[in-house]
Amino acid sequence: MNKKVLLKGGHVIDPANNIDGDQDVLISNGVVQAVGPGLDADGAEVIDVTGKVVAPGLIDIHVHFREPGFEESETVATGAMAAVAGGFTTVCPMPNTDPVTDNQAAVGFIVKQARDAGLARVLPIAAISLGQKGEKLTEFGEVIGAGAVAVSDDGKPVVSSHLMRTALEYAQTFDIPVVNHCEDPTLAEGGSMHEGLVSSRLGLKGIPSAAESIMVARDVLLAELTGGHIHLCHMSTKESIDIIRQAKARGVNVTAEVTPHHLVLQDAKCEGYDTNSKMNPPLRTDVDVQACVDALVDGTIDVVATDHAPHHYELKEREFENAPFGIVGLETALGLCISQLVDTKLLTLSDLISKMSHLPAKVFGIPGGDLAVGNPADVVVFDANEKWEVDPDSFRSKSKNTPFAGWELKGRVHRTMVAGRTVFELGVS
Amino acid sequence: MSAVSLGKDLIGLEHLTPEQIQLVLDTAEPFKEVSERQIKKVPTLRGKTIVNLFYEASTRTRISFEFAEKRLSADTVNIAASGSSIVKGENLVDTARNLEAMRIDMVVIRHPSSGAPGFLADRIPSNVVNGGDGKHEHPTQALLDILTIRDNLKTISGLKVCICGDVLHSRVARSNIWGLLALGAEVGVCGPKSLMPYGLEELGVRFFPRPEEAIEWADVLNILRLQLERMNAGFIPSLREYNRVFGITNARLERAPKDILVLHPGPMNRGVEIDSDVADGPHSVILDQVTNGIAVRMAVLYLLAGGKPDLAEGAKG
Repeated sequence: MNKKVLLKGGHVIDPANNIDGDQDVLISNGVVQAVGPGLDADGAEVIDVTGKVVAPGLIDIHVHFREPGFEESETVATGAMAAVAGGFTTVCPMPNTDPVTDNQAAVGFIVKQARDAGLARVLPIAAISLGQKGEKLTEFGEVIGAGAVAVSDDGKPVVSSHLMRTALEYAQTFDIPVVNHCEDPTLAEGGSMHEGLVSSRLGLKGIPSAAESIMVARDVLLAELTGGHIHLCHMSTKESIDIIRQAKARGVNVTAEVTPHHLVLQDAKCEGYDTNSKMNPPLRTDVDVQACVDALVDGTIDVVATDHAPHHYELKEREFENAPFGIVGLETALGLCISQLVDTKLLTLSDLISKMSHLPAKVFGIPGGDLAVGNPADVVVFDANEKWEVDPDSFRSKSKNTPFAGWELKGRVHRTMVAGRTVFELGVS
Repeated sequence: MSAVSLGKDLIGLEHLTPEQIQLVLDTAEPFKEVSERQIKKVPTLRGKTIVNLFYEASTRTRISFEFAEKRLSADTVNIAASGSSIVKGENLVDTARNLEAMRIDMVVIRHPSSGAPGFLADRIPSNVVNGGDGKHEHPTQALLDILTIRDNLKTISGLKVCICGDVLHSRVARSNIWGLLALGAEVGVCGPKSLMPYGLEELGVRFFPRPEEAIEWADVLNILRLQLERMNAGFIPSLREYNRVFGITNARLERAPKDILVLHPGPMNRGVEIDSDVADGPHSVILDQVTNGIAVRMAVLYLLAGGKPDLAEGAKG
């Protein structure tokens, strides 16, 4: 059956195709059939999107869905539901599950769970090393064959420089990025927040900025040595960004991401031992936040990724040092970025969309982020001016661990479509 | 009549006003005498139930609190982490709720995690007293230190107090810094840079890299215990070298330009951070600190229970 849908009266922003204007989008059989002004309905179901932005579905290359192993915090299905509620049509879950996603069966399981859920596209990231132990390489060819799109030991850094070098070399056969969580474990050990005046006052062991930047420097040098593609997770320090900027100027094959929270919050948010402000890398200083924002604006940091890290409330309801790192991010990312970056005129809406859809697809070499005719109709429809208050109880994610409860954000997702099918509609549960 | 009060809990000195700190010190004065009596007991907290919840080993602090509670006639229960449901994996929230269900009035908590007492205080209606949390605060220790200094030097404002040793891991240091700064003292710290927290100077604290300079500057030295684990963790090369470079010895004290008062929160490592001839010598007020500890803790419990400072004299009964 040839099902047609016409998104009528909206403002289309499709950075990959240089479109930023009042146009309609006609979808046929799940693919984009036409984009242009005043399109004829031609028997299609018409959805009035007047006053709203129509953009390629957002892509988040860094999430944690906790399945298998930690289903009390999130599952692939609930994570995918949170994704589409936040406007994301493609997400890449990290392999730090239990068991670790380090073989084709484990990758296949996540792909199957995602297919059963039938919501967002879920493209798993497999582990670099077996069991994320940092010793022996995963069978990259096997996991990619099963559907993985990148490799990472995220949650743990790749400590061995030799292993990282080998991964960067071996990954080139498959043309995939090696994704690293940069953290020198000997500097970070026992730390639970940024090392600074706030950690001194609170009596919490700090994680110095150098713990991250030291490994960023190493990874950049190894990418330069090998010609491999290193993708750096959740950059948080000014020093890391300086290193990436210099490396890019030299032509090193390095890409990087930043989370919405590192663009918005400082270490002072940990005052009162708020465990929903405990994440890794930790919230850092004003100078670092500014450096992250500048780097995203000038392209030193390529993309926004949420590091969506759900934790069951019981795990966060404890002493700061004993609580796990991480916060949920899928359902607040767009609103935070519009409020903090577009509303402040640091980025145009089109640039933001690019850094949350087109560029993430490019960085990982995966489909999406582009409304060209013939492409699958993965679409987000949002009101860029609508204000809403963050209420964790309304999250689709199984977990509610956010530091943004009660924040008023601008920019609200109204509809998310994957392959032309509406998988989320605001107000329809 | 003063309108100053401590509020529901005593979590730390950082957020107390100078008036609140003064209130505790002044309220402690009349309680000192209770411990000197033949019958060391007043009926002030009769009928109140206090739980001493100790997640970390403690001798001095726990006994001092227990004496303070008993001399105020409160009913007390001691819970130590070992031998309780805590070792069975019960989390702090559940422990708190269970205690609350037994209708207690106050909790004195010592915990290895910074912030645990505040966490507890936010979740139960009972008064919570911090008996030392992680590397955060140990407010009653600082209050008794400050009371001891005041007893000996009659004032705090304008004094130069240097805290010597492992400031990085010390809750005693942090509480002393807040309390002393609030009351107008100048505060210094002295020790190896590897045992100093980040950014102390930004709080208005002077750093002395060597004890000789600290001794030349200070009216008071508060010498912290060097925990032996720090050596294994690589913060310092050896205890022997620590004593050679940073130990407070009579030879060093003799070069002080003025009389210097020496405090130590205990327990001491004689021959490491402090030499015996200093600990037992004329500068030392270390045992006065222990005596004052009970009066300060009686004052804190009394004030949190709603006692009026001006009635403390009468409350002695």
